[in-house]
Amino acid sequence: MYQFNKMQIANHHSGSHKGPHIHDHQNTALHSVKSGTREIKVVRRVLDVNDQMADQNRQVFAKKGVFVLNVMSSPGSGKTTTLVKTLSKIMPDIQCAVIVGDICTTNDADRLAISGAPVVQVNTDEFGGDCHLAAHVIEKALGGIDLNPIQLLIVENVGNLVCPAEFDIGEDARVVILSVTEGEDKPLKYPLMFRECDAAILNKIDLLPYLDYDAAAAVENIRQIHPDMPVFKLSAKTEEGMTPWLDWLRQQLTTKISDHHQR
Amino acid sequence: MHEMGIALQIIEIATASIPQSDVPVQVETVNLKVGKLAAIVPESLRFCFEIAAKDSPLSGAALNIEEIPIQARCKDCEAQWTIDKPVFKCQVCDSGSLDIISGRELNIESIEIADEGNE
Repeated sequence: MYQFNKMQIANHHSGSHKGPHIHDHQNTALHSVKSGTREIKVVRRVLDVNDQMADQNRQVFAKKGVFVLNVMSSPGSGKTTTLVKTLSKIMPDIQCAVIVGDICTTNDADRLAISGAPVVQVNTDEFGGDCHLAAHVIEKALGGIDLNPIQLLIVENVGNLVCPAEFDIGEDARVVILSVTEGEDKPLKYPLMFRECDAAILNKIDLLPYLDYDAAAAVENIRQIHPDMPVFKLSAKTEEGMTPWLDWLRQQLTTKISDHHQR
Repeated sequence: MHEMGIALQIIEIATASIPQSDVPVQVETVNLKVGKLAAIVPESLRFCFEIAAKDSPLSGAALNIEEIPIQARCKDCEAQWTIDKPVFKCQVCDSGSLDIISGRELNIESIEIADEGNE
């Protein structure tokens, strides 16, 4: 049985906790403030700065009529291969650019650049080795791309199923890639990621004959977290199952670009 | 995994929230609301906060974390319930179309500072 139990270890700071706190969950928390202290209301989202920067990015993308796709997954699930194949199928009909995040190396950027799309590699070690791309990092990376001819900007996030889900970068859609060499229960272990995404790809299905992987269980687990989310079973390597994914992507783009031209 | 970044943001926001008339003052407690769906491990956050707060007005301050349960509302039948296991389907009508009405919080609610003349 799965439980959201990470908070159960959230004991109050032993020794330094300032008296009892009485809480309810209706935003009217009554703190019994220790005598000699004064409470100052703040009420701000900790990620306020990121959210504001993400909104700023979103305005830039809207103005330029660029559809932005944030692609996330754990390391090694095939993000880069999926994107290399995707680019090869949709370009040059759709003008694409890519921002790719990794802690180190330009290996992924080198692979993606073969598509002919402009690629900006972000190495997050410059930003403290971050485990995700934050909105300000995207804003900086945009300095290296001429967005005017671009219709689709793909952001390949840092391989990680936890943190990228928490950071809005100003994207239009989020896709999570899961591969059949990972556990079927990943969606249950990382519910935020699967809740926050608009589509999921189950990759490497060409390996299914050699594995004990229960693909139906994996899809069912995704459905438990996000019942109406589309799931595309495909192999980026053999290109089996790519068409429904590409159709979905084109559809998303068409919707945004036609909205842009109507304005 | 990004708890250090979160800790630094908390310190920045809390420091900026100290009224000018009170500077310099030590912050004794930071009251946070963290939703169960937020990608935050409280123990890691405390650890990072303690280190990052050194030499700041938050040095030694306690992080008081209030856990916010995940509440959902069905878009079809408007049933409302608390999600305590990873199943995001309406318990009444089985619809998968729902709004998360709480559980994504990562908010600083307030800070508590030493009151003048009491230290």
